[in-house]
Amino acid sequence: MDMISSVLRRPAAASFLSLLGVLIFYVIFGGVDLGKLAGAASWVNYAARIGIVALPVALLMISGEIDISIGAMIPAGAMTTAIIAGHYELPMFVAVIAALAVGVLVGLFNGLLATRTSVPTLIITLGTLVGMQGIVLAGSKLLTGAASVPLTAPDWAKTVFGDFIFGGSHQVVIIWWIILTAVFWFLMHQSKYGNWIFAIGGDKVSAKNAGIPVDRITILLFIGTATSASFVGMCHAILFNSAQVSGGMNDIFNIIVSVVVGGVLLTGGFGSILGVFIGTITFAIVIKGIDFTAIDRNWANLIIGIMLLAAVGMNETFRKKALTAVSKKKKG
Amino acid sequence: MSANTPVIELRNVDKSFGPIDVLHEISLKVRAGEVLCLLGDNGAGKSTLIKTLAGVHAPTRGEILVDGQPITFDGPRDAQDRGIATVHQFGGTYPLMSIGRNFFLGMEPTKGFGPFKVFDRAKANRIAVEEVQKMGITRITDGDRLVGGLSGGERQSLAIARAVYFGARVLILDEPTAALGVKQAAHVLRIVNEAKKRGLAVIFITHQVMHAMTVGDHFAVLIRGAIAADFRKGEKTREEITDLMAGGETMADLEASIEGYMETHEGHPPKVNTAD
Repeated sequence: MDMISSVLRRPAAASFLSLLGVLIFYVIFGGVDLGKLAGAASWVNYAARIGIVALPVALLMISGEIDISIGAMIPAGAMTTAIIAGHYELPMFVAVIAALAVGVLVGLFNGLLATRTSVPTLIITLGTLVGMQGIVLAGSKLLTGAASVPLTAPDWAKTVFGDFIFGGSHQVVIIWWIILTAVFWFLMHQSKYGNWIFAIGGDKVSAKNAGIPVDRITILLFIGTATSASFVGMCHAILFNSAQVSGGMNDIFNIIVSVVVGGVLLTGGFGSILGVFIGTITFAIVIKGIDFTAIDRNWANLIIGIMLLAAVGMNETFRKKALTAVSKKKKG
Repeated sequence: MSANTPVIELRNVDKSFGPIDVLHEISLKVRAGEVLCLLGDNGAGKSTLIKTLAGVHAPTRGEILVDGQPITFDGPRDAQDRGIATVHQFGGTYPLMSIGRNFFLGMEPTKGFGPFKVFDRAKANRIAVEEVQKMGITRITDGDRLVGGLSGGERQSLAIARAVYFGARVLILDEPTAALGVKQAAHVLRIVNEAKKRGLAVIFITHQVMHAMTVGDHFAVLIRGAIAADFRKGEKTREEITDLMAGGETMADLEASIEGYMETHEGHPPKVNTAD
């Protein structure tokens, strides 16, 4: 019993229970074949796509801020890659560097505004979201005359960023996702920087007084979210040999839902990388796994809505448990 | 530098924000192993005074001396590096972080090499629990517990233990007992005494005369940004201090006389003999 309650106190508990709940629901009401679902690539590919962005977004949300401009940064990364490597036929490495640089610049812009003004970051990044949508659409029309640009990627770029692995339909971004999850886990839970990010989300003024470079870390976190989003866009352009202008509005909410289901507190100060990892998987299984069930896929959004509320409710309960918990093993 | 040199001293410090004068000719000194109680009602300028001492605000006029040397703080971090630690009412702790992580925030012990330096959780938890227990809070035994689960007094104690561990020489406690129950407040007062025993200079800001009387060696009453009374332990009775602070007759008289004095003396508050 003690072991169960100590597991429940972890930030990842709610996401794990959500995943379990969704699977049970799909098995009982959808007649899903779990073996077939586990072997399927569709949801893993999707999880990797949103998961790579969800990791830095989780860090940012733990620090108490939010970035919705990621929605525009995914197509921005894709279009930058396609325009440079496809339309202008410049070498691919230039396109890769440019796509990442666009992410760094937008992130820097968001971060500077967030630290220099007192405007809520939801509003700041709403501004950059809409602004970047305009730049991407008008820019690609201006430079290429079209909203969709084809490109051909050299072999090395295909292998590294946009290919299928294991000879099947799993994409190479899955490997990136797993590596990045490990890197972010180390950063957040093993290094001292994770401690600082939790503290910034807990109490910004006290963190500043404790000598933590709050502004610099906030700016770096914004660079992280924007750059990871343009990285995902770039990988997609390389994989599918083309890029289209799109709003990316769905991605914003899908990524934030994954992070919240993953146990990150919206007001900051609490969360875990493992939780976000599981939250992303859960989200991807709901969206893509529904195709493996007998349930009409139009119901997927309802399931997500219910899951989100259930997960937030569980997070609330478990956090209270965590606050009042006294570990028994060390007592007496 | 003799043992009698105040660790921190303010000489005729004024602080204005634009046209608004908040502090008037404040002179204070605190020696090692001494507790100065700063008493005053809301709006008396206590928090501005604390921020000036903690390096957040630079004085408009006057000087700050540390160990007898006049200095200017470059910011709160600079003041901290000189051993001046401020603990706020809620302790500056992070409710959803563990005791060990709170204790070492910004000074994390690490193990490992190069980019793989790992936060040494076991060491952090061990030291944090030891230090808090040394301060007399024996209920804290598990460094993994989240700070939000601690009582207000325990959070204060943790913050004070942290400041002491990281070499604070001046401890500024901003209303540490204001939000606490009787028992919790007793905890914190015991820790103030412990800090004093260890030779720290403590500046204790409070409303509660009983708490001030319990630990204070030296008292200063702040009214309208000026020091209205400055006396040592035993020089005034509890009733007199309460009266001064709680807005009794004496308080009203003092306020009126200070304002009257300042009007007739080009804005200077009356001279108060500094108790030594």
